[in-house]
Amino acid sequence: MSATDTPVSLPTPDTAQRSPWGEVLHSLLRSGTFLTGLAIVVFWIVCALFGQHFVPYDPLASDIIDALTPPAANHWFGTDQLGRDVFSRVIVGSRDILTVAPLATILATIAGTALGLVIGYFRGIVDDIVSRVLEAFMAIPVVIIALLAIVALGTSKITVIVVIGLSFAPIIARTVRSAVLAERELDYVAAAKLRHEGALHTMFVEILPNVIPPILVETTVRLGYAIFAVATLSFMGFGIQPPSPDWGLSISSNYGMIGGGFWWTVLFDALAIASLVIGVNLVADGVHGAFND
Amino acid sequence: MTDPRQAANALELKDLSVAYRVGRRNRAVLRNVNLTIKAGEAYGLVGESGCGKSTVALSVVRYLPRNGSITGGSIALDGKDVMKLDAEALRRARADSVSMVYQDPGKALNPSLRIGRQLTEIFELAGVTGQAAEDKALAMLNRVRISDPAGVMQRYPHQLSGGMQQRVAIAMALANDPSMLILDEPTTGLDATVEAEVLDLIGQLRRELSASILFISHNLAVVSNMCDRVGVLYAGMLVEEGSTRDVFNDPRHPYTVALLRCLPSGGQRKDQGRLDTIPGFLPGIGANIVGCAFADRCALATERCRAEPPPLYELGDGRLSRCHYHDKAQSLPRATPAEIAAAQPKQAPPVLQVEGLNKTYASHGRPLRAVKDVSVSLRPGETLGLVGESGSGKTTFARLLLGLVAPDDGGSIELEGKKLAPRLASRSEDQVKAVQIVFQNPDSALNRSHSIRHILSRALKRLGGLTGKKLDNRLEELVRSVRLTDRHLAVKPRQLSGGLKQRVAIARAFAGDPRIVVCDEPTSALDVSVQAAILNLLADLQSRQDVSYIFISHDLGVVRYLSDKIAVLYLGRIMEFGPSEAVFSGPHHPYTEALLSAVPKLDRSESARIRLDGEIPSAANPPTGCVFHTRCPRKIGAICETKEPELAEAQPGHTIRCHIPYDELARLQKPKAVEPA
Repeated sequence: MSATDTPVSLPTPDTAQRSPWGEVLHSLLRSGTFLTGLAIVVFWIVCALFGQHFVPYDPLASDIIDALTPPAANHWFGTDQLGRDVFSRVIVGSRDILTVAPLATILATIAGTALGLVIGYFRGIVDDIVSRVLEAFMAIPVVIIALLAIVALGTSKITVIVVIGLSFAPIIARTVRSAVLAERELDYVAAAKLRHEGALHTMFVEILPNVIPPILVETTVRLGYAIFAVATLSFMGFGIQPPSPDWGLSISSNYGMIGGGFWWTVLFDALAIASLVIGVNLVADGVHGAFND
Repeated sequence: MTDPRQAANALELKDLSVAYRVGRRNRAVLRNVNLTIKAGEAYGLVGESGCGKSTVALSVVRYLPRNGSITGGSIALDGKDVMKLDAEALRRARADSVSMVYQDPGKALNPSLRIGRQLTEIFELAGVTGQAAEDKALAMLNRVRISDPAGVMQRYPHQLSGGMQQRVAIAMALANDPSMLILDEPTTGLDATVEAEVLDLIGQLRRELSASILFISHNLAVVSNMCDRVGVLYAGMLVEEGSTRDVFNDPRHPYTVALLRCLPSGGQRKDQGRLDTIPGFLPGIGANIVGCAFADRCALATERCRAEPPPLYELGDGRLSRCHYHDKAQSLPRATPAEIAAAQPKQAPPVLQVEGLNKTYASHGRPLRAVKDVSVSLRPGETLGLVGESGSGKTTFARLLLGLVAPDDGGSIELEGKKLAPRLASRSEDQVKAVQIVFQNPDSALNRSHSIRHILSRALKRLGGLTGKKLDNRLEELVRSVRLTDRHLAVKPRQLSGGLKQRVAIARAFAGDPRIVVCDEPTSALDVSVQAAILNLLADLQSRQDVSYIFISHDLGVVRYLSDKIAVLYLGRIMEFGPSEAVFSGPHHPYTEALLSAVPKLDRSESARIRLDGEIPSAANPPTGCVFHTRCPRKIGAICETKEPELAEAQPGHTIRCHIPYDELARLQKPKAVEPA
């Protein structure tokens, strides 16, 4: 045995430096974009959770006598054709969209990630076939898929979640695939092969943790689109069903009134949708920036 | 070689201090650096990574990153204070008088513009337009002795090899006829043969141009060949300066002494002793240094060194040393004892027997023979060194052994007498754990999401078949065998230095008691002192566990230190195979001769210089006859172009693929001074 056996003095690992996730959190908390978006989103979440306790009227209570009154001191945003208080409806109107859209996004993320890992990892014929199928799938508008699904499954929140989740999954799968294609060329994947690791271990234990950042970015971006899609489906009558005070649904049932000058029955719901989508997109922008600094 | 025409110094740094702002704190990177480069002089700056070499270069042109700032001192280019220049004057200075050449020419050139466009652009900036600019660009390419300059003008950067790209980058740097040329590791990413060509070119250009050169390199031998004077940087301080000859032959700072000792030189071999290392680590940037910065790593350090910062002592003849005991520097004791147990003669049956291995890829419908008819054998405890330029098939051969790529049908790989399946998936568990690899780049080889404990435990579980308490015990043993400690287990790879990461990678390869470990350039990303420690570790593990290595490296000194046998590859074919000493001392294949001659030597002892012309041909379209004939300096005639020579036995165990008979090779290569083993 040589005398080199004594461990050379090694420096204490620099634990003072932030972990990669700490780094991301740090830059998120310093990003104005992210914080603004977060404030908007949190506002709507609070409204969804506790709105019914502080709104001035029951959002579902109709009062035909007071129907279609313009914005005033007792009805800030006016009333709709059934005399329901528009302000109260807008405040609690986020309840359904804020459960359906995130659930759909989570479904899309899980399905898309699994699919993307598989096609990115195996490449070859699996990738060729699945990728073409996904592309074909992506070419069909969500609305058509929704129409078919509703005919087949009937209208329910679950249908909406499944339809949006599955139609967004291919987009996430594509993002994951391209990240996996870069990762699988790294030597740690070869090292896993040289331990006879199974494909599942290599994909989910070795590669997955390293592709989380692009997945997170894509998920937040998708959430914005999912909100938009849920509102669209509701507007078309395929999504959330009455008597929910859902924004898309409210616009759908009132937009015929715009011609009559009753703009307030539609405008505030539309602004609400826009603000939530913008809020989520700002968050997505912030997350993207934090990971790509 | 100093040109005394101009009196003004080309570059003068006075008390230059630079800091990088990290985590709201200014951390000193350069500390009061004084440095003068006279007109026409070539000045070399050496030191390990993190010493501040590149920061010096960036400061000179005020290209520091956004968080960097010059906290004190002054920089004068041609007598003009760079710090006082306004934006326009600074732009003019950068355009007219300073040029930089960076390490990676691929990144320095614009990938979407033709070479001609990029070159003429520089002249257009200087007011020359149209045909005149194009003519000048062509003249520049001629000047850097690129073959077919007119053709190169029409090409895009990716269509050129690394060496040609670097020539173009040098041409661009010289286009403005700079008075100061800064070369930051200009040959680091290049093959030894290409490096030699580029260095020759720089040497020739020096004689033609008046430019002063600041040459930054971690490679001491390169600097010793290129520069008149050299400065050694340590922790942002100049610790030694003097003429190149003096500093390298008679170093007066313990750090320089230690750096020089880390290099496997003069044909040193593993069975003749371990390499010396430098204990400890470079102080982190911004560290508060009391006393001498090197004291913690210096065996000569006394109380005085730890308390009192040494000034730059003037030793006469323009020599400077920042050491209180500069007169005793060379008595620095070794940090690693040289002696090792005598190696037993190896008579065991071969652990690895490769016969007629081929690998053909399809490249644009044409077969590309990456490995052709390779046969080697290796005994337990031996190292097979694989050498050759990039593209010679070294890595493909290693991947064939590992089963990561399947070879063509025919040919066989036998491990301890048993045939290895071509594909990894069809090999048995025992065979899989018996052949492992240490990759070149630990950042890619270690999963960045996993802790060191996870990485090593998983390897022990899968390769060692261990669980529970047994696994924990073995883990502790394994960690100690690569000289890490428990502390390192909890962290992620990114929290470790390059050398420590490579130790983890080595530990992983050894988790299942392998018979053969492929080492694919394991030290090429490391500093010399860390390289020495890793090479020692590999040699120790080998002598203890009787493991065999397949060692791939472009650094022939490193290969020679560790190898018992050498295979020289060219276009996937073995050109020479034999015991390490026989291959290195010659007579050898003309290609081996050229490879050896390309290695820059510290003592400038080169006698016969052989340079290979042109590029390594494409394996998809190899030359007829002997594949090396297009570049062979000893080509004898038509037979070389028509008939591929056999790998013929020159001496027992030593085979050479050449039409020139062995005795004739011996006669031709005789004038070359044989290095003492």
